[in-house]
Amino acid sequence: MSTLEFFLAGTFSAATIFLFAALGELVAEKSGVLNLSVEGMMAVAAAVGFAVTFETGNHVLGFVAAGIAGIFVSLVFATATISFLANQVATGLAVGILGLGLSAIIGRDYESMTVTPTPGIYIPVVSELPLIGPVLFQQNLVVYLAFLTAVVVGFTLTHTRIGLAIRAVGENPHAAQAQGLPVFTIRYVSVAFGGMMAGFAGAYASTIYTPLWADGMIAGRGWIAVALVVFGTWKTGRIVFGALLFGMVSLGELIAQTMGSVIPTQLFSSLPYIVTIIVLAIISTDRARMRLHSPFSLGETFDGSERR
Amino acid sequence: MSATTETPLLSLRCVSKRYPAVIANDSIDLDVNRQSIHAVLGENGAGKSTLMKLVYGLVQADGGQIIWDGQPVHMRNPAAARRFGIGMVFQHFSLFETLSVVQNIALTVPGNRSVLASRIQDIGERYQLTVNPHATVHSLSVGERQRVEIIRCLLQDLKLLILDEPTSVLPPQHISSLFDALRKLRDDGVAILFISHKLEEIRELCDAATVLRAGKVSGRVDPRAVSTKELATLMIGQAVPEVSARRTIVQGDRPVLELDSLSLPSKDPFGTSLRDMSLQVGPGEIVGIAGVSGNGQLELSRLISGEHVDQRLAEDAIRIHGQAVTHQGVVERRALGMAFVPEERLGRGAVPSLSLAKNSLLTAFNENLVRGGLIKQRATNAYTESCIQDFDVRCGGPGAVASSLSGGNLQKYIMGRELMLSPSLLFVAQPTWGVDIGAATAIRQRLLDLRDSGVGILIISEEIEELFAITDRIHVINSGQLSPSLTTSDVTPNDVGEYMINTLRNSPHIGKNGDHGAEHA
Amino acid sequence: MVITVLSMLERRPQPSRAMLILAPLIAVVLSVLVSSVLLLILKKPLGTTLYAFFIEPFESFYSISEIFLKFGPLLLIAQALAVGFRAKVWNIGAEGQMIIGAIAASAVPVYFVDNSSFWLLPAMMVLGALGGMFWAGIAAFLKTRFNANEILVTLMLSSVALQLLYFLLLGPWKDPMGFNFPQTVMFQDAALFEPLFSGVRLNSSIFIPLLFTVGIWLLMEKTFGGFKLVVGGLAPQAAAYAGFSAKRSVWISLLIAGFAAGLAGMSEVAGPIGQLQRSVTSGYGYAGIIVAYLGGLNPIGIVFAAFFLSVLHIGGDIALVTASLPISAVHVFQGLLLIFYLSVHTFVNYRFKSPRTAEQSHRT
Repeated sequence: MSTLEFFLAGTFSAATIFLFAALGELVAEKSGVLNLSVEGMMAVAAAVGFAVTFETGNHVLGFVAAGIAGIFVSLVFATATISFLANQVATGLAVGILGLGLSAIIGRDYESMTVTPTPGIYIPVVSELPLIGPVLFQQNLVVYLAFLTAVVVGFTLTHTRIGLAIRAVGENPHAAQAQGLPVFTIRYVSVAFGGMMAGFAGAYASTIYTPLWADGMIAGRGWIAVALVVFGTWKTGRIVFGALLFGMVSLGELIAQTMGSVIPTQLFSSLPYIVTIIVLAIISTDRARMRLHSPFSLGETFDGSERR
Repeated sequence: MSATTETPLLSLRCVSKRYPAVIANDSIDLDVNRQSIHAVLGENGAGKSTLMKLVYGLVQADGGQIIWDGQPVHMRNPAAARRFGIGMVFQHFSLFETLSVVQNIALTVPGNRSVLASRIQDIGERYQLTVNPHATVHSLSVGERQRVEIIRCLLQDLKLLILDEPTSVLPPQHISSLFDALRKLRDDGVAILFISHKLEEIRELCDAATVLRAGKVSGRVDPRAVSTKELATLMIGQAVPEVSARRTIVQGDRPVLELDSLSLPSKDPFGTSLRDMSLQVGPGEIVGIAGVSGNGQLELSRLISGEHVDQRLAEDAIRIHGQAVTHQGVVERRALGMAFVPEERLGRGAVPSLSLAKNSLLTAFNENLVRGGLIKQRATNAYTESCIQDFDVRCGGPGAVASSLSGGNLQKYIMGRELMLSPSLLFVAQPTWGVDIGAATAIRQRLLDLRDSGVGILIISEEIEELFAITDRIHVINSGQLSPSLTTSDVTPNDVGEYMINTLRNSPHIGKNGDHGAEHA
Repeated sequence: MVITVLSMLERRPQPSRAMLILAPLIAVVLSVLVSSVLLLILKKPLGTTLYAFFIEPFESFYSISEIFLKFGPLLLIAQALAVGFRAKVWNIGAEGQMIIGAIAASAVPVYFVDNSSFWLLPAMMVLGALGGMFWAGIAAFLKTRFNANEILVTLMLSSVALQLLYFLLLGPWKDPMGFNFPQTVMFQDAALFEPLFSGVRLNSSIFIPLLFTVGIWLLMEKTFGGFKLVVGGLAPQAAAYAGFSAKRSVWISLLIAGFAAGLAGMSEVAGPIGQLQRSVTSGYGYAGIIVAYLGGLNPIGIVFAAFFLSVLHIGGDIALVTASLPISAVHVFQGLLLIFYLSVHTFVNYRFKSPRTAEQSHRT
């Protein structure tokens, strides 16, 4: 595989982690709930997914377990913020801290152990094509699933009744309640979906992308996923683009090491964060666009009472 | 449909609803017949809205029974109410701005979207409630939004339509076409509950009325058979108080406030662009800005108050006492003698969770309440206490938190706080919104007295009656533009209504959303 | 039909003062209960572990001094963060501001290795505070100028700060005699705070947070400037109406936090650590968030909360030895504590719907 092929193929693989997590966060935010615990949900799910895959040797079971773990952590967040009206920002941080702690405890016995990743797909002829083959037709099945999920989420949010209901609740929960929409239920389900997606992201990270467990392995990728939702101005297509961009940026460190660059690796390690900050500043400057696409009630608690 | 006309469609028996601070509904009995337009009349705070939300399943009663078509029922939630055939149009519409008309309707009405769209058009034509099904709601006028709400109800098997103060948002001409549609609906077999505090309207439209006062039924009448005065007496226990006759003396000739060709494209995709607005307020006169909400009032008020300072505006687009203040902030404008009472009392005019004393600091901090950066607690309390005394604010003293006050009392407090700054220019938005009649009369009288003492007053109001009661001149705001100055005594509400309906724009380019309206990817 | 989750809470007519005091205590009890279940699952001796956490830290003079050693930076950071949280400026990057403060302060002893001037320590304090303020100022600038979300920016800046620290420790600032460990030289005595008692690490820097607490209390309770910050957080539109600048709130909140976190970083390298190394923050930046909330964002409440979390840290260190409890268990406990606190705090303004109302709404 040439360096270019390796780089582009790696971009899709790295993007998968961001994409799963960001799509989940997108749905939660569209319902008006800002869940900042993505990092923690991913960490717990990565540990659970790794442990189950390691013990059973079955990646599917690992993903299912990770999805359930993600849902479980997200429901802790949902209970506090939706039922008990706790501040979403602070609770998100708290659940994040909890999740990182839990992941370390769950993964304690697996530190530095590895599992065998599932191989990529192979289609005769097509997968052999130069450049296109390795980049587009030799990826892991989960990569395709992530991009398929993006299509499904995008379609659901714009073209289905449930998608409209989620957006309606996120725009104005008072009006949604007045229209008889089950505001609390919709928010619970949206947050849980976010948890499941973060779970898949975590499982992909720990069992396929870098198939080993190391404490702290999520390493800020959950936060970048949160930032991706803002970059994408809450639009699925742009989030896919952002995930690819950050997949590419996150490969920088790897590439630098293989090429023996003179630039310190720490610069490459901090590149995703620096790029996040810069892109965030550029995107956010257009306040009109932010207002047009961000869910109006994002981050506000809703107590189910009538509008004053 | 087969039930005898003897059984009322809806009966409430001894229905009560208590809130922590107040009994909103106290043993209410109400009967609504089929094919009838039934008024629920009462002033602000009488419990009308709560009662309707009980019927619609939005709040749950503490006691009593709801009987639908002869059967006791439980309105668990709005979805349940809708299954019985009840629809409700709220005072603050429950539409979603970022969704299209048909998307909004598809949220609660089953069916294919293209079928829904054509049904929306059919119903619109039948009842003269036309609206473009594919328009995004934020691009619609208030009147069009109301139509969407009504159509949404009509798309279900509707037996009872509840309308909460539907005319408060409409210009006079549109009120009569709404009434035509409602009469037609009644003739088609729909019962209507019409909530209002406007006596004339009820006498014109309704064939039965239940009057509420302080949470209790104070009378049941045929509104066509009683006088306005009798209705008023049932509603507030006396005839509607009048403010004292007005006189117009413009003292001095230099305007206290001038807007000079103020134009500003909106950066907010849901905002209104302002165009070529000119206006003068002289000392000792009250100038009113009439108009349907959403036509630029919000943007204009923030520009005049200084809450929004925009460098794109010309240096002298806004002048106070002849001095250009366009690029100056709130504090500088106050220093020139301006005081401002905004339309949102909680959250803008006052911080809900802070005491009245703390709230006094918002605008009165320069009244010797702060020294060396430290708050003078005692002076602040005394200042607030005298505001409470002078303006008859009913509350638990300077320590009472703002959110514990009723709408009328909070408005009196904010008015008082601003008037204690002895302004030479007073700017008030919606001075009596949601305020009971007693407090509203007191506030209007205060404004007239202030004018007579030489203060220049600018009022933004959606209530035409109010503007006709107290202003000397009126401008109408429509699509971000101002009409020429109209002398109040020379025009009728219908003249003002004309300006609300017919846009002044002659350039097709200028829309409600300026250049930003189409920014959808 | 889907199951409809209904609100089970209703607003109280008046906020409950009792709940204001009780909320943190209830949160502690609930967190201990849930943690105990986790301990049983992990097959750890419950009694020994709880004893290690809550009693043993007070059993020796040394460990009590260690509690106060943790108490200082936690208090300092939490007080400053609370100012921002009350103004709804979400600075969650105190960790990074602390790192930059530590780096800036360390520049003095790193470049003046043999200097023993009296001015060394004051210079380090000034540089530490400025370093933290600079790092927080970046977020303030991006927020006020570009509307960039400060939650994400401050957090990302923490990651960048950490990489910068690693770069210095592995490169230009690495102790040449340090066997290739990623750390600087040990600082000379003139660059260190004086221990308060012999044989303990607790030092005179403890007075900084105490003074700072008084200052923050004055700011928030007595001054008009503090009032403006609070109004900006409670009702941004009312602040705009009054003419209080939102940008000013952002700058002040972040600069205060940067100042405090930078000083905290400085007092670590000039105190218990005595050099610049990778674990310079001990996680105080994140723990400070928990302390700020647990203290009800109130300057006096925060003093108690900071003390409690310091005990917890020392208890965690002890439990690591006596019950071989992983240090991450402390994080789990902290996370639980904050989640429970935030949920229970809702009951200051809300209560469960009375049984009568609930029964009514289920009647058919």
